[in-house]
Amino acid sequence: MPAKRRVAQLLMLALAVVVVMGAYANVGLAMDEKIPSGMLTYGLSLGGLMLAAYLVLAKFAPWADPLILPLVTLVNGLGLVMIYRLSESDSPLPSAKLASPNTQLLWTLIGIVLFSATLIFLRDQRALQRLTYTAGAAGLFLLVSPLIPGLGQEINGARIWIGIPGVGQIQPAEFAKLALVIFFAGYLVAKRDVLALAGRRLLFIDLPRARDLGPVLITWGVSLGVLVMQKDLGSSLLLFGTFIAMLYIATQRISWVIIGILLFVGGAVLAGLVFDHVQQRFEVFLNPGDPELFVKIGGSEQLMQGLFAMGSGGILGTGLGQGHPELIPLAFSDFIFAATGEEIGLTGLMALLMVYALIVERGLRTSIAARDPFTKLLAGGLSFLLAWQVFIIVGGVTNLIPLTGLVTPFMSQGGSALLANWILIALLVRMSDAARRPPPQAIQDEGLTQVFQR
Amino acid sequence: MNSTLKRAAVACLAMFALLMINVNYLQAVKADGYREDSRNNRNYFERYAVQRGRITASGKTILAQSTETKGPFKFLRDYPEGELYAHVTGFFSPESESSIERSENSLLDGSSSDLLLRRSIDLFTGEPTKGANVDLTINPKAQKAAYDALRQSGKRGAAVAIEPKTGKILALVSLPTYDPAKISVPEKPQAFSAYNKLEKNPDKPLINRAIGDFYAPGSTFKVVTTAAWLEDDSSRDGQTVVDAPTRLSLPNTTTTLPNYGGAACGGGQVPMVYALERSCNTPFGKIGLDLGYAKIAEQARKFGVGEPLSIPMGVEASTIGDEEKEDPAAIAMTSIGQRSAVMTPLQMAMIAAGIANNGSVMKPYLVNKITDAKGDAVDEGEPEELSEAMSPENAAKLKSMMVSVVANGTAKTAQIPGVEVGGKTGTAETREGKAPHAWFISFAPAQDPQVAVAVFVESGAARVGEEATGGGVAAPIGKAITEAVLNK
Repeated sequence: MPAKRRVAQLLMLALAVVVVMGAYANVGLAMDEKIPSGMLTYGLSLGGLMLAAYLVLAKFAPWADPLILPLVTLVNGLGLVMIYRLSESDSPLPSAKLASPNTQLLWTLIGIVLFSATLIFLRDQRALQRLTYTAGAAGLFLLVSPLIPGLGQEINGARIWIGIPGVGQIQPAEFAKLALVIFFAGYLVAKRDVLALAGRRLLFIDLPRARDLGPVLITWGVSLGVLVMQKDLGSSLLLFGTFIAMLYIATQRISWVIIGILLFVGGAVLAGLVFDHVQQRFEVFLNPGDPELFVKIGGSEQLMQGLFAMGSGGILGTGLGQGHPELIPLAFSDFIFAATGEEIGLTGLMALLMVYALIVERGLRTSIAARDPFTKLLAGGLSFLLAWQVFIIVGGVTNLIPLTGLVTPFMSQGGSALLANWILIALLVRMSDAARRPPPQAIQDEGLTQVFQR
Repeated sequence: MNSTLKRAAVACLAMFALLMINVNYLQAVKADGYREDSRNNRNYFERYAVQRGRITASGKTILAQSTETKGPFKFLRDYPEGELYAHVTGFFSPESESSIERSENSLLDGSSSDLLLRRSIDLFTGEPTKGANVDLTINPKAQKAAYDALRQSGKRGAAVAIEPKTGKILALVSLPTYDPAKISVPEKPQAFSAYNKLEKNPDKPLINRAIGDFYAPGSTFKVVTTAAWLEDDSSRDGQTVVDAPTRLSLPNTTTTLPNYGGAACGGGQVPMVYALERSCNTPFGKIGLDLGYAKIAEQARKFGVGEPLSIPMGVEASTIGDEEKEDPAAIAMTSIGQRSAVMTPLQMAMIAAGIANNGSVMKPYLVNKITDAKGDAVDEGEPEELSEAMSPENAAKLKSMMVSVVANGTAKTAQIPGVEVGGKTGTAETREGKAPHAWFISFAPAQDPQVAVAVFVESGAARVGEEATGGGVAAPIGKAITEAVLNK
C-alpha cells in the first residue's frame, strides 16, 4: 500500500523553493554584485504560494503523488528566474525589454489558485467523463475562437489569440488542449471496443472499419484547420499526436499509429506544398547554418541564435547572469530552453530535462495505477501531452525536428499556458490521489483473503 | 490498457532520451563551432568584458588603456595620445584590431598561455582576469618631435628612429594618421563607418608608411653601394679616387646615366667622399657596374633587405629588385637607389643604424617589456644582432664619409651644433611629372651613436631634379628627431 509521504513532499517542495531562491541570488550577484532587492518578496511569494498549494493538496488530495508538485515548482521557479534575469539585462533588445517577471509571478499566483480550486471543486475526476461531449464542444470552440472576427487577434503572424477587454490577450488553444484530451478520453473509453475489435486483418496489421476512421479524420481535419487558419504548426502537431497516442493506448491497435503517421505525413507534405512558411521551416531545419537563410526574414537566424547560445554555454554554462541570452529572439518564451542552456550549460539542461521526464513518469505511473479506464486514459493522455509538448518545442529549438512555435511548459512567459498547465497538474494530482488511495478494506476473513489486482 | 500505457511510457522515455542526446551533441560536440561562429555576437561582447592591458611608451606615457563603464560594454578602449601614436598602438575595433593591439592581442586580452599561471591564481582568489600591460621602446619626445616636424612639411611620409646599439625603435611615425579612438568605439555602425571613411581616403591614412609600404630610396641607397665598394677591397677609403664622368655610358644601350641636372662631378676624377658629399650619380653607377649585381645584392641582404621582420608587427620586405640578365645596365640604376629598388623607411633606418653600430645591424623591436596585471614580467625585449653588415674598420670609414656629407655636403641642414652627425640625403624619382620622394638617413653622435633616423617624405621634393631637396625637406626633420633623442 502506498504511503502518503507528506513530509517527504514538504521537504522536496522546500528544496525546490530553496534552489529557485539560490538561482535568484546568483543572478543578482552576477549582474549587480548584490542579492536582488526583490529577493525577499519573490522568495516569500513563491514559498507562500507553494505552501498554500501544499496545504490544499494535503487536505483535499492526501494520497497524491508526492513528487509532482515539487518538480513543477522547480521548473516554474526556474522559468521565473530566467525571465527575471532577462529583464535585468541592460540590453535594448526586445528579449530583455519584453521580459516581465512580475507579470509572470502574478500568473503563477493565479495558476496556483486554479490548481487549488481544481483540487477543491473536482473531488472525483470521473465526473469529467460525464462532460465528454461538452468538453469536446468547448475545446473545438476555444480552438476556433481566434478566428471569430472582433474577438481574435493576430500577433507575430499567428492568429491564436483572443482579446478580452480589461484582461488582455489569452491563447485559448492552451485551454482547448485540456478540454480536448478530456473529450478524447471520454470518447475513446466509450468506443474503444468497437475501435479495437472491428475490422479485418491485412498482412500483419488489423485494419479498422472505414466508418470507424471518422473520429481520426475529424481530428486530422481540425488539426489541419488550425494549421491553415491560424498558422499554428505547433498546436496542430501537438493535438494530432496526442490524439493518436491516446487512440493507441485505448485500442492497443498499432494500425491506428500507422494510419496516424500516414495522415500526418500527408498533411505535412500538403502544408509544405501550399504554405511557404511551412516549407521554409523545413529548409531551415535541414540547413540552419546557411548564410542565405540566416539573413532571410523568417529564416534561420532565430534558431541559430538559440544554438549559438547553447554552444557558448557549453558543458557547464556561463553561470546565471553571466551569458548573453538576451541576444536570442524570444528568449523569454519559445527559446527559453536555449537561454537557460547558455547559462546553466549542458549539465543544467540535462537536469531540467530529467525533471520534465520525472513529471511525465509520475503521470504515467498514475495512469498505470488508476483503477478505471477513463482515469487511465485521461492520465496517460495528459502525461503524453506534456512529454510531446516538451519534445516538440525543445526538439525544435535544438534543431532535432523542424521548429514549430510552442511554449515550454511552466517556463515560457505567458499566462494562458501557465494557467492551463497548472490545471493539467491539478488533474494529474487528483488522479494520483485516487489511484494511490487504499481501496476500501475487504472484511478480513481468514482463509478467504481477497486479492486485489490492478 | 496497461501494456499500451507501458509502451507509451517507453515512447516518452525515447523522446526524452533523444532530446538529451541532441543537447549533448550541441553543447559538447558542436559547441566550439557555435561559439566561434562570426554571427555569434557573444564574441563581440566578450571583447569588452575583460580589462585589456595598457600600452605605454618608455614606462610612463599611456598610449592605450581600458576604462570601466556602465552599460552593455564593460570596458572601453581609450587612446589618450590620439593620432600621435595611431600607427604604433593601432586600433581596437568591434571585429578587428591592428598594430600592437593586434600583434600582442592575446597578451593584452589576457588569453595567452603565457598568462596561464596568473589566470589560475585569479581563478582561486576570485579576481577578474586582466590583460597584460605592454610597454614600448618608443621615446615620447622623439615621437612627438618626429610627428610635429613631419606634419609641418604638410606632406605624407614616415619617420623612424632606432637606437643603433640595441635596435630599440625610438620613434615610428606615419602621416597622414588617424584617430584610433573613432574606430575603437564598440558600436559597430559608427566604428565601421569611421573605418570605411579612412579606407576610402585617397591619402590612405590607415597604411603605416614606415613599415607597411616601400618606396624607391634614391640616393640614400648610395651608402649601401659605398659599403659594398669598401668591403670589396679593404685598401679603399674615402680618399680613394673614383671615376666621375658627367655622363656614364651604360653597356648594351645608347642611354647614358647623368648626374642630377646633367651637372659635372668635380673634375671627372674625385675622391669617394666627395662623390658621396655631392651625391654624384655617375661614380656610384660605375661602381655598381664594376661590382656587379651579386655583390650589391649581398651587401643589401647583410643590411637586412629581404629579411622578414616582425617588430612585432610584420614589416614589408624591402628589395633591390631581381637581377636583370638581359639588361646589365640595370645594376647601375639600382646602385643609385632607382629602378626596382624599393625600401621601407624602417629598412633605411636599419642601414643607418648598422653603419653607426660598427657594421652590426641589430634587430629592430618595439616591445620593451610585458608585465601581467600584478606587475610581474612576462616577456622582455632583448637586443639581438640581425647580421654583420660590414667590418668595423669599413664601417668607421663609411661613418666618417657620412659625417662629411652633413658637414660639407648635401645634408648641411641636419647639422647640430656640438654634435657630429652623419647622414645621407636622397631624392627618388618616381613617375614622370610627379614630384620625387625626399629621403634622409642619419646617425648621431658619430663617436657614440645614440640614434639612427630615417625620414621619408612622399613626393616631398619641391622641384623635380633639385638634388638638394632631400636635404631641404627631409634632413631638418631628421635633425629635429635627433635633437629630441639627444636632449639638445
